[in-house]
Amino acid sequence: MAAASSLHVAAPVATPRVGSSAGNRSASAARVVRVAAAGSGAARAGGRLVARAAVAAKENSPARAASKSDGHEVLLFEALREALIEEMKVDPTVCVFGEDVGHYGGSYKVTKGLAEMFGDLRVLDTPIAENSFTGMGVGAAMKGLRPVIEGMNMGFLLLAYNQISNNCGMLHYTSGGQFKIPVVIRGPGGVGRQLGAEHSQRLESYFQSIPGLQMVACSTPYNAKGLMKAAIRSENPVVLFEHVLLYNLKEKIPDEEYVLCLEEAEMVRPGEHVTILTYSRMRYHVMQAAKTLVNKGYDPEVIDIRSLKPFDLHTIGNSIKKTHRVLIVEECMRTGGIGASLRSAIIDNFWDYLDAPIMCLSSQDVPTPYAAPLEDATVVQPAQIVAAVEQICR
Amino acid sequence: MAAAALLRRVPAARAPATALMAARAISGSTAPLTIETSVPFTSHIVDPPSRDVTTTPAEILTFFHDMSVMRRMEIAADSLYKAKLIRGFCHLYDGQEAVAVGMEAAITRSDSIITAYRDHCTYLARGGDLVSAFAELMGRQAGCSRGKGGSMHFYKKDANFYGGHGIVGAQVPLGCGLAFAQKYRKEESATFALYGDGAANQGQLFEALNISALWKLPAILVCENNHYGMGTAEWRAAKSPAYYKRGDYVPGLKVDGMDVLAVKQACKFAKEHAIANGPIVLEMDTYRYHGHSMSDPGSTYRTRDEISGVRQERDPIERVRKLILAHDLATPAELKDMEKEIRKEVDDAIAKAKESPIPDTSELFTNVYVKGFGVESFGADRKELRATLP
Repeated sequence: MAAASSLHVAAPVATPRVGSSAGNRSASAARVVRVAAAGSGAARAGGRLVARAAVAAKENSPARAASKSDGHEVLLFEALREALIEEMKVDPTVCVFGEDVGHYGGSYKVTKGLAEMFGDLRVLDTPIAENSFTGMGVGAAMKGLRPVIEGMNMGFLLLAYNQISNNCGMLHYTSGGQFKIPVVIRGPGGVGRQLGAEHSQRLESYFQSIPGLQMVACSTPYNAKGLMKAAIRSENPVVLFEHVLLYNLKEKIPDEEYVLCLEEAEMVRPGEHVTILTYSRMRYHVMQAAKTLVNKGYDPEVIDIRSLKPFDLHTIGNSIKKTHRVLIVEECMRTGGIGASLRSAIIDNFWDYLDAPIMCLSSQDVPTPYAAPLEDATVVQPAQIVAAVEQICR
Repeated sequence: MAAAALLRRVPAARAPATALMAARAISGSTAPLTIETSVPFTSHIVDPPSRDVTTTPAEILTFFHDMSVMRRMEIAADSLYKAKLIRGFCHLYDGQEAVAVGMEAAITRSDSIITAYRDHCTYLARGGDLVSAFAELMGRQAGCSRGKGGSMHFYKKDANFYGGHGIVGAQVPLGCGLAFAQKYRKEESATFALYGDGAANQGQLFEALNISALWKLPAILVCENNHYGMGTAEWRAAKSPAYYKRGDYVPGLKVDGMDVLAVKQACKFAKEHAIANGPIVLEMDTYRYHGHSMSDPGSTYRTRDEISGVRQERDPIERVRKLILAHDLATPAELKDMEKEIRKEVDDAIAKAKESPIPDTSELFTNVYVKGFGVESFGADRKELRATLP
């Protein structure tokens, strides 16, 4: 089995806008994760200085670590596919389980062409039996394979909740460390375009309490590819949340191989007045609101937290120490959501740095309705974000 | 089975018994012996194996020995539970020993076994030792899961024993996943996924069986039918209690689970079948003397007459004892001596397990993740328990 690289270390390297030295490192040795050695904070502080001017100019910019070449343009689902292909080529134990992932090519084309490339034994079309094929993925992982389990829609994975919670999350612990479960559980979730309540689930809040599980949410082609690779290489079970509406985002990503750190948050737009913490699709609503806010004279700092479990309290904390005001914008429901946990974590750790109560904008605690205006009212819209920032910064 | 094989299965701690047996010329013999199973096999869409089982005197004595160790261990666990040294749930296997022992005799350590929560004896059969078993039951560091799993979570990775699962039926998809990995890596081995008559009604079983049949996985689903799903008799839970037939398009075999030789024959047959043709279902007709767990007296839903009846007519150890005496493989006194040895061995193991310390508080945070990420975890007071996830 190919050696798994250690990803569970603090400082990232290949995240946006890191200095060129990092770019050089990223061009070297193919499979080595270009992540600096662990350290709780020192390493981060050293490598993370960012020129503000360069960033403030482009708020939605998908700037990369200095790449040697031009890069190539991909859609988000293609970035995920690239990551899968690269990992499957290098590591023969990586396999894909899911409904219609093989011959059909994947309902969102993430696995298009993989069955032809790798064969039916590595890209497996399962029957519609989430509970058992998730369990089978866990069993295969216990025996040394690295399955990537796809839920055609994240919501369907509720049928496999027992397997994800009790077996996937806990077997490493209850076996006293004997078994590891290096699975990736992935799929699209989130509120789409009038898909109805059952197909608009946000499961990050349901899974967040499961001990032993790691959760990440991708939001750009760049971080989608990097996080998918990191998730596959991780020895822990990782749930990778994709979003139905983000699959066709286009971005230029490096030609060289890169892997992102699972536990790291992404600085989208540095600022001074308020820290806005968000993830997945809401990042785009936040950036849209940021345009309006900048015109009104505000300077928001936008962080895409990416790592939903555990939170990157280092990046978040540094931001709070600078701005003293926090707004969380999330797509999951208010009750028991990621925002609720994040709020608690911030209060526990950074209370003294806060100048205002932490605000959290979440989706309404309702099943997602079908009618378009109602559906729009379920999730957070940019206007609400602008109003919230104005309130916090009063 | 050669003396070497005997030694493989009998660890050093049991050396006295081995020496005792090696001293006798007849019973250590590896000359083949053919014995008929108690009843013929009943099958579903497959030709059943023959009733004639080839074995050796040495193997039969190993059966007696191993089953007696298991019986003693479970009885001792009963006492420990009543003495409040074992807490929580404790599901005992006495009466069902033939399934664990017979299965092990038919396969190798490269085959995989996964079972539910009635796993103490399966752990022993797979090469686990008494000390780590008792230590785990008592929540000590020397336990097979470092005291963090408990009765329902025994595992032994190096022997391909995958546990040890508390949620009824959830281990069967895991078992089919193990079979998938075996096929993926082209290993010529099979997986035995055990479950009970209660779990046989779980949907995920049929899902997993469907997938295993489609992908031709070397999965053997073994229903240990002890006729009661906790307090509910099988006829009250299953419209069709013919569990070996419920694979429908998957072949099945019904086996007398109290006859260790029948179990051995069936498992051997099943392994060959599974590697060549895909999944097969085995139904082991067996019985548990204890209740479902130590919290269940086991007598509210069945009569004492029934329990003692089975003990008299079908007890697996007594059956093997009769076999040994009938074929003159050992004298009653020698068997009694063996049992005394075993009793002492079990008592010694308990004493040793009691010496093992309780896990350190820092163990609370180990093995949550394979490698953590420097995240700090702390207890409610933030002072006493503080750990950086390693």
